[in-house]
Amino acid sequence: MAINWFKYSAPTTFYGLAGKLIPWFAIPAVILCGISLYIGFAVAPVDAQQGEFYRIIFIHVPASILSMFLYMIMAGYAALGLIFNTRLSSMMASAMAPTGALFAFISLWTGALWGKPMWGAWWVWDARLTSELILLFLYLGFIALHASIDDPRRADRASALLAIVGSVNVPIIYFSVKWWNTLHQGSTIKFSGTSMHIAMQQAMFTMLAACWMYAIVMTLMRVRSIILERERHTKWVTELPEVQQ
Amino acid sequence: MKKLSLPGLLVLVVRRDLVLAMRRRADVLTTLIFFVMVVSLFPLGVGPEMDMLRKMASGVLWVAALLSSMLSLGRLFSADYLDGTLEQMMLAPQSLSMLVLGKMVAHWMVSGLPLVLMAPVLGVQFDMSANALGVLILSLLLGTPILSMVGAIGAALTLGLRGGGVLLSLLVLPLCIPVLIFGTGAVEAISAGLTVVPHMSLLGALLLLALVFTPWVTAQALRISME
Amino acid sequence: MQVEGENGSGKTSLLRTLCGLMMPADGKIFWRGEDIKEADEEYYSEMIYLGHLNAIKDELSALENLCISAGVDGLEVDERQALQVLRRLGLKGREALPVKVLSQGQRRRVALSRLLVSDAALWILDEPLAALDVRAVDLMQELIAEHLEKNGMVIFTTHQPLLVPGVELRRLSLS
Repeated sequence: MAINWFKYSAPTTFYGLAGKLIPWFAIPAVILCGISLYIGFAVAPVDAQQGEFYRIIFIHVPASILSMFLYMIMAGYAALGLIFNTRLSSMMASAMAPTGALFAFISLWTGALWGKPMWGAWWVWDARLTSELILLFLYLGFIALHASIDDPRRADRASALLAIVGSVNVPIIYFSVKWWNTLHQGSTIKFSGTSMHIAMQQAMFTMLAACWMYAIVMTLMRVRSIILERERHTKWVTELPEVQQ
Repeated sequence: MKKLSLPGLLVLVVRRDLVLAMRRRADVLTTLIFFVMVVSLFPLGVGPEMDMLRKMASGVLWVAALLSSMLSLGRLFSADYLDGTLEQMMLAPQSLSMLVLGKMVAHWMVSGLPLVLMAPVLGVQFDMSANALGVLILSLLLGTPILSMVGAIGAALTLGLRGGGVLLSLLVLPLCIPVLIFGTGAVEAISAGLTVVPHMSLLGALLLLALVFTPWVTAQALRISME
Repeated sequence: MQVEGENGSGKTSLLRTLCGLMMPADGKIFWRGEDIKEADEEYYSEMIYLGHLNAIKDELSALENLCISAGVDGLEVDERQALQVLRRLGLKGREALPVKVLSQGQRRRVALSRLLVSDAALWILDEPLAALDVRAVDLMQELIAEHLEKNGMVIFTTHQPLLVPGVELRRLSLS
């Protein structure tokens, strides 16, 4: 088996593999998203305290979870690329960054939409919200650094180092923001206290699965274009049917 | 011929950068003037009510210190990069981390320490109490070296890039948030009559962590950027 | 060994790769039987590199520059010895001036002074003769001859003919 894994760690073979995998994740993503929307809007009951507004958590929570996980996975891939000098891992890291940033942004946006009716303000300096904002900054820093270095090898390695430093910092930042928050605000509205209806859970988890699928699809699609861009001068790329057209 | 010891090397690099800074004094002064200006602009923006200013003081001074240290970070490696001395440092038989640490220390003495010394004067403008001022200075003293050290990673990563200065701030500012929080938190704690020990210990812990890891990380970043 | 080749043929890249400043696309570089990636400390204490850039600080004097660059190389040089070296390179009377007031050739001499205080066995010199006048070129030939006599090695690039008396240079042509 080990040999097989190595085979797919070469961009050349991974390009084909990724192309075959995409539909296997894309179709479930659409289906799961549809199911989740149906459960979320038609089956799940109205919340006693929050009325209809709570339904935004069906996208808000998965987006937040994904934004955090993707950063860690991205840093992991970046570290692999830096340590073992595997090109594909670095490409995966840079392919994930925009999706992660998108989820962080969705999480902030939906958080604001939920906050207005619930807290009476678009933005509250809540610990989780603030950490999410800083996470978005970290993503943007990664993308900006990668984009401003012309040499792809240096870009990969420099942004990998940044991602690692960032991921070491994430717990410190989260802890400090939480501390800062308790220092300033008497209490924040706790959401976890309310018990969740089973349909609510179903809607949220199917959406979470859909988001994972979506993230994988986007990463694979993006990594395919990165491979093409980096290897555009090689023979196998010029021989590809989609390139020859 | 005598071989130079590791502490001797550290002293040599620090002295070199300090002498260079002294012969280019304008750079040091601009950072300091920027700091004073940013702090002085706040009352003009938010109004002269002393109560509000007193509350804001620590935050304003800390944010201004953060911004002015970003301003001077761009120069940390770029001059040495352009005239080839950085290249020679990478070829030195001694550890690059030690050389980097020397440059960090010198950078802090040139751009961080003057801010710390200037802070009491500015704090008085904001009518801070003597206690709060003392804590502010202590927190800056512990915190500004961290800014220099974490900033050095960013400076090394953005070496020789176009638009490096703005990019540098984009990378480094989010990483400096904990320092800002604990630094201002200490001043608020003393103003509220609470103990400052936890804040100061946390700042001290961050300083130690930075001291251990950032020189090595910066050296790696330099190797990536110089290749 | 003299490395020859047209502009852009890769002379500087070759020297930089030998120094470990650039990673070779393929293969490894060995020094005394060890990969320089592993034995970097030993390698760097026996190697001295002088590139296109002089690696001197405009604001510092020739003397300060020499002492500091030797310090970075891990050597402690006392003032008397440094002055001696600078005099030999024809910088007498200019030791204390900031190098920004010196001419290109004099600055190159300040950069070359590093060679004389170091005990490195391997000199890697990229265009050492750039901006040097006839007398300095002669001096350079003398220095290389002395270094070779001490069983040293020199790898250099140049566009000018460099004759070292009594030594047959090996030549490497890149094209």
